[in-house]
Amino acid sequence: MNGFVKLIHDITPPKHLKLMEVCGTHTVSIFRGGIKSLLPKEITLISGPGCPVCVTSVKDIDAAISLSMTPGVILVTFGDMMHVPGGDRMSLYKAKAQGACTEVVYCPLDALKIATDNGSSKVVFFATGFETTSPSIAATIEEAGDRGIGNFYVYSSHKLVPPALSALMSSPAVDIDGFILPGHVSAIIGKEPYEFLASDYAKPGVITGFSTDDILMGIYMLLLQISDKKAEIQIQYTKVVRPEGNPKAISKIHKYFDVSDTYWRGIGQIPQSGLILKDEYSQCDAKKRFSIEIDHCNPESNACMCGDVLRGLKSPPECALFGKGCKPENPVGACMVSSEGSCAAYYRYGGAADG
Amino acid sequence: MDRILLAHGSGGRLMHTLIEECFAPAFDLGQLCDCAILNTAAGRLAFTTDSFVVSPLFFDGGDIGTLAVNGTVNDLSVSGAKPLYLSAGFIIEEGFLVSHLAKIVQSMSKAAAVAGIKIVTGDTKVVEKGKADGIFINTSGIGLLPEGIDISPVKIKTSDVVIISGGIGNHGACIMAGRNGLSFTPPLKSDTRALNALVKEMLLCTKNIHFMRDPTRGGVATTLKEAATASGLCIKIKEQCLPIENQVRGLCDLLGLDPLYIANEGILIAIVNACDAPGLLEKMNRHPDGSNAAIIGEVLPAPSGVVILETAQGGKRIIEMLTNDQLPRIC
Repeated sequence: MNGFVKLIHDITPPKHLKLMEVCGTHTVSIFRGGIKSLLPKEITLISGPGCPVCVTSVKDIDAAISLSMTPGVILVTFGDMMHVPGGDRMSLYKAKAQGACTEVVYCPLDALKIATDNGSSKVVFFATGFETTSPSIAATIEEAGDRGIGNFYVYSSHKLVPPALSALMSSPAVDIDGFILPGHVSAIIGKEPYEFLASDYAKPGVITGFSTDDILMGIYMLLLQISDKKAEIQIQYTKVVRPEGNPKAISKIHKYFDVSDTYWRGIGQIPQSGLILKDEYSQCDAKKRFSIEIDHCNPESNACMCGDVLRGLKSPPECALFGKGCKPENPVGACMVSSEGSCAAYYRYGGAADG
Repeated sequence: MDRILLAHGSGGRLMHTLIEECFAPAFDLGQLCDCAILNTAAGRLAFTTDSFVVSPLFFDGGDIGTLAVNGTVNDLSVSGAKPLYLSAGFIIEEGFLVSHLAKIVQSMSKAAAVAGIKIVTGDTKVVEKGKADGIFINTSGIGLLPEGIDISPVKIKTSDVVIISGGIGNHGACIMAGRNGLSFTPPLKSDTRALNALVKEMLLCTKNIHFMRDPTRGGVATTLKEAATASGLCIKIKEQCLPIENQVRGLCDLLGLDPLYIANEGILIAIVNACDAPGLLEKMNRHPDGSNAAIIGEVLPAPSGVVILETAQGGKRIIEMLTNDQLPRIC
């Protein structure tokens, strides 16, 4: 038995525990590592709202699709965004099959090369993600300004993790005993933004890395805190995360973005949880520079339980659509749209196997 | 589904659905595998066809021409056949450099010589600029199936052993690195190679090879799922036994991809009788094309049609077919 697995089994939880992994990458790592099959039955892992692709609103997806189909526009985005269904199950991937102009990049700076190589086109970066990706978008806007690239625009759909956790905890239905906190986001923001979990709600949190051993160690650290009746924010992922985070990256975010209320797919409006471009950068703000025709109704399916899944109230198989009307190749809800979504991970990796 | 998506060609679930719903009812496809087996007066022939649309055209370890020969040779080889003849059809975009075409044709000639087969017929079409991505190649192949060779997933049985002939994911990782300007030291090389010499040695060693497939599009995971589904048995593999080079792991970690779903062009998966496995593995390891061959798992009676991966820490997870193109993660 793996060392951390043994340590986890040696701690007898005082009651059945629910631990939430906030980050989508953790969700995938937990399934890939078969971690659920290694834990005592008293510990349940719940997937939280931390997949930025999954929580991008239908309105924003539809806007991106509309931009991609606008003559003279090249829409650039991260790979994960291609399959996310907007209204009427259309996606950037399906739009591409109808002639829409989209490019997938690994790094936002690649969008500037596309802009310089296609001077007669307007290149719009569909910018999604949490605090992990927003500094690189800010740096790309800065680089575009420094190099005088005038055909580069950003459609910001960025979101912030701590306000979502705050909204989650303010819901009386939510019952979580501890948090496995995101490693990459925390590399930027540090541990201070999560302190409210410990001080206001007496919930422990451990900022955790992404290997199987990292996650098992993070779970063990949470169990130690719970058994000692402690509630602190600790860092397991010390090789990457400093307590203060990355102040340079944070100042870059604040230089280019203002915080605003924003809509989270499957959850709803969360105050002060999004990032919009500051007025002084409106020349590259796609929301202001393009007339985007979209339907403003919210076409999320009533049968879809993603809202409850994202808040840890339901597990994916409890949804009537799971694996039937909603599959990775033709998703309905937020959690099935990205490889990091809890429903997609559940569907693809099948949870623990008896073998 | 009202339009074809890129994922319909990725070797995963959507492609299988397309074949089952669109092609199979209209054609005489028989068993849905890479080769048709034709009973003729001269004996049993294996017949296959494959098209190649890779980008970039030239990569570390080969080019589209090398792939076009090796890919079809391998489809014949894993059916147990001795590959004999290939055709080569070219769809070339107007403006394509003749020097590039010559280089590709030379690669095909060399690959054919290495594999000991002949390219005996062909066709060329040129389309207007913008109507193709440089060059597309189709190769069809014919091979002779020796007496007594009958490789079929329905022959897989409980307690059989799963063997892989080499490292996983090298070709797909090399192509993705090339597309995205990512360099590694040492460089990521495609594993493209003809496997007929290795298969010949394997068949000399044992006739009890129940299943053999080269895990190209859709990767090792999709091939194993196909074997489990076709046999109605369960395949359990051990993550620790999977041969994966560090550069491939590094690229997968960087881009958030799973090496089990990445395309390969120079390895095969064989499911064989357990008592034959040690001797076969030893024989494969002595062959240059199988020096990294490894036993990666076993066949269990249940659950039917399921592939289970046991992780290094002892955790278990289900392996499914690729559902969409693997795309890089956001963070």
